[in-house]
Amino acid sequence: MTIAVERHEAARPAQPARALPVDLPSLAILALLILMPAFASRFVLTEVFGLTYAFGIIALSLQFLAGYGGMVNLAQITVAGVAGYMVAVIGPNTMGFGLGWPWWVAILISLLIAVAVSAAIGLLAIRTDGIYTIMITLAICAAFSYFTFQNYDIFNGYNGINGVSPPRVLGVDWTEPTAFYYLLLGFAALSYFIALYVSRSTFGLALQGIRDSARRMEAIGFNVPAHRVAAYVFTGMIAAVGGILLLWHNGRISPGTIGVGAAIDILIMAVIGGLRHPIGPFIGALIFVCLSTFAMDIVEVVIPRERFKLVVGLGFLLMVLFSPDGVMGIVDRIRRSVRRNGSA
Amino acid sequence: MRFARRYALVPLATIALATAVLAPPAPAQEKTLKLGGLATLEGVFAKNGEDSMRGIEMALKEYKNSAGGYRIELVKASSDAKPDTAIRAARKLIEQDGVQILVGPLSGSEGLAMKDFAKSKPEITFINGSSAAQDTTLRDPAPNFFRFSSDGAQWSYGLGEHVYKTKGWKKVASLAEDYSFPYTQFYGFALEYCALGGKITHRSWVPLGTKDYASVIAALPQDVDAVYVVLGGADAIAFLNQYQQAGGRAKFIAGSITVDPAILTSRGRAKEALLGTPAGSPIADNWGDPNWQKFVKLYQDTFPADQRFPTPSLFAANYYIATKAALDGLNAVKGDLTNNQAELRKWLSSATIDAPTGKIRLDENRQAIAPNFITEVAERRDGSLYNEVVKVIPSVNQTLNMDRAKFMAIGPVGRDNPKCD
Repeated sequence: MTIAVERHEAARPAQPARALPVDLPSLAILALLILMPAFASRFVLTEVFGLTYAFGIIALSLQFLAGYGGMVNLAQITVAGVAGYMVAVIGPNTMGFGLGWPWWVAILISLLIAVAVSAAIGLLAIRTDGIYTIMITLAICAAFSYFTFQNYDIFNGYNGINGVSPPRVLGVDWTEPTAFYYLLLGFAALSYFIALYVSRSTFGLALQGIRDSARRMEAIGFNVPAHRVAAYVFTGMIAAVGGILLLWHNGRISPGTIGVGAAIDILIMAVIGGLRHPIGPFIGALIFVCLSTFAMDIVEVVIPRERFKLVVGLGFLLMVLFSPDGVMGIVDRIRRSVRRNGSA
Repeated sequence: MRFARRYALVPLATIALATAVLAPPAPAQEKTLKLGGLATLEGVFAKNGEDSMRGIEMALKEYKNSAGGYRIELVKASSDAKPDTAIRAARKLIEQDGVQILVGPLSGSEGLAMKDFAKSKPEITFINGSSAAQDTTLRDPAPNFFRFSSDGAQWSYGLGEHVYKTKGWKKVASLAEDYSFPYTQFYGFALEYCALGGKITHRSWVPLGTKDYASVIAALPQDVDAVYVVLGGADAIAFLNQYQQAGGRAKFIAGSITVDPAILTSRGRAKEALLGTPAGSPIADNWGDPNWQKFVKLYQDTFPADQRFPTPSLFAANYYIATKAALDGLNAVKGDLTNNQAELRKWLSSATIDAPTGKIRLDENRQAIAPNFITEVAERRDGSLYNEVVKVIPSVNQTLNMDRAKFMAIGPVGRDNPKCD
């Protein structure tokens, strides 16, 4: 995977830092997303788009590290899980489980812990390369999910923690669908633009340089390990935010949310969306959420309902088959062919 | 370049299209009531989940899809025994499909999560499918969550005595999945068994979905009279295969779903290790009661032989009873669902359901007081296996017919409760 990413990026030199893109299509999408609550149902708002934003943010953290840093880190869901679990355990929940401290203390502590965990994973993982990074982060993910599975004192085992909802802040009831939609949209947009900005900052460019040739970057005086760990810390922060939003969205957290299956799901989202641009993970998340939510309704006619997972799998297979670099790749190819035809 | 920009509209179009497709369906026609059916069509309990759906379909067929003046429309959803998946599926049923009564879920920890979720949906009536963790109803129950099936401890009622007195097994080891339902089963068995003087000298807890039992099998002690196994679905099949390959010869005591038709009809010889295995269960395959026989016949007539088990599993029975309760209730209140379905709930709380397994009514926590069965695995003439009824206990309540205060003092289920060594 790393190789594919490198080859692709090599063909397309990193763009110099420039102002945030405020072209028309992007603005139109943003406007549509902002106006969504006016016409979409509650289910579409929270269960389709809300979930897309939460998953998208976590997938974004993977995309950034993989796309710009060349490090495929499957443990991003673990970092998200640590943040989610800490908010659930330290903060209030309807089960009366854990410490029940005020929400802002819980969020502060959980972000700190999650970022520390991400840095620790980084320190361990940057010693490896390519497939070994995938393996070591997958192992960390499996270990943590089994730990939460079996530990009842802190994580309440397989049952997980129920009844966690976003706090009442600024007089707004954030559990109300429209408010919650905007909360998620806000954080999704924020992390998207921050990721975009950082990717074009000096740090982001150096990271892409390291991805393309770590030795050359070292030779011209860059501290390669420090850059890599910093990338883990940065994306850990994004993943942690995504994890807390996912916790609030589900109203609960349990080992199934952060297991190996979930790690693969996040990877699928990032890959089918495209690893080259921060919008990719969000597109991937939307496709993933739609497929996994509605596959059962689609298949009714074609195959027995019980086999709906087949449709989900086939969907992803076709996607990867026709566009190894995700939806973003398809879009790019269309653009290129149009450009060629246009100039002819 | 301008051309290129224009094509950035593609994602926009995608989103617009998605929204159009996903827009909620037009409000259902009057007098149609949507009933949600949630079971595990994925994962370890997939086979069990399929039989659960059969249970719902049977009840609907029997009532000709109508009750209380409504045409009943079944909307199915699937989970995979993980509480988070179950809640997501329930949300889709309620918020997207617009179901007003939800039958499900199947697995223990799903039920615990569903009970908490039910509190946030006071307008919906939840009727448990087959999930059997104790605290779903015993502690902090939800006012709109009804469970017409007994819990895992109730399913174990009578098993400890049967094993200790009739079988004469005084010392056992246990192997069970590490979550709420097996805890509940173990608790029910151990309370009774240990009170009689039985010893449980070794306990193994494995994660749900474990496929490799080599190390667990190696660690099972040899000096016990039997091994108490509470594994379900694919886990049980994997364990039995590996146990036989390892040359194991221990006698088994089974959890209720470890001797389920899903396992007794699995391919291969592994299941033969189960011959003669005693278990406690809310059903008994060959019970002679006419109501049960009628139910078995309905099951066999409704589905072709290659699309069902030889006889209905406890999942089919529990989901059937849950659906039947909902339909009986709708009929009794003449379809009155006003005021958060208050009339329906009042009826459900006080009704006695004439179920295929006997009379079932609810206690003050809306938890079933139901009959229980002790069974042993036996062989039919054609070589297939089934659960032969050994003993029928007419009525077991959630506190295992003990004094409530005394029962609560034993504490919640868990790996180490009760102690018993």
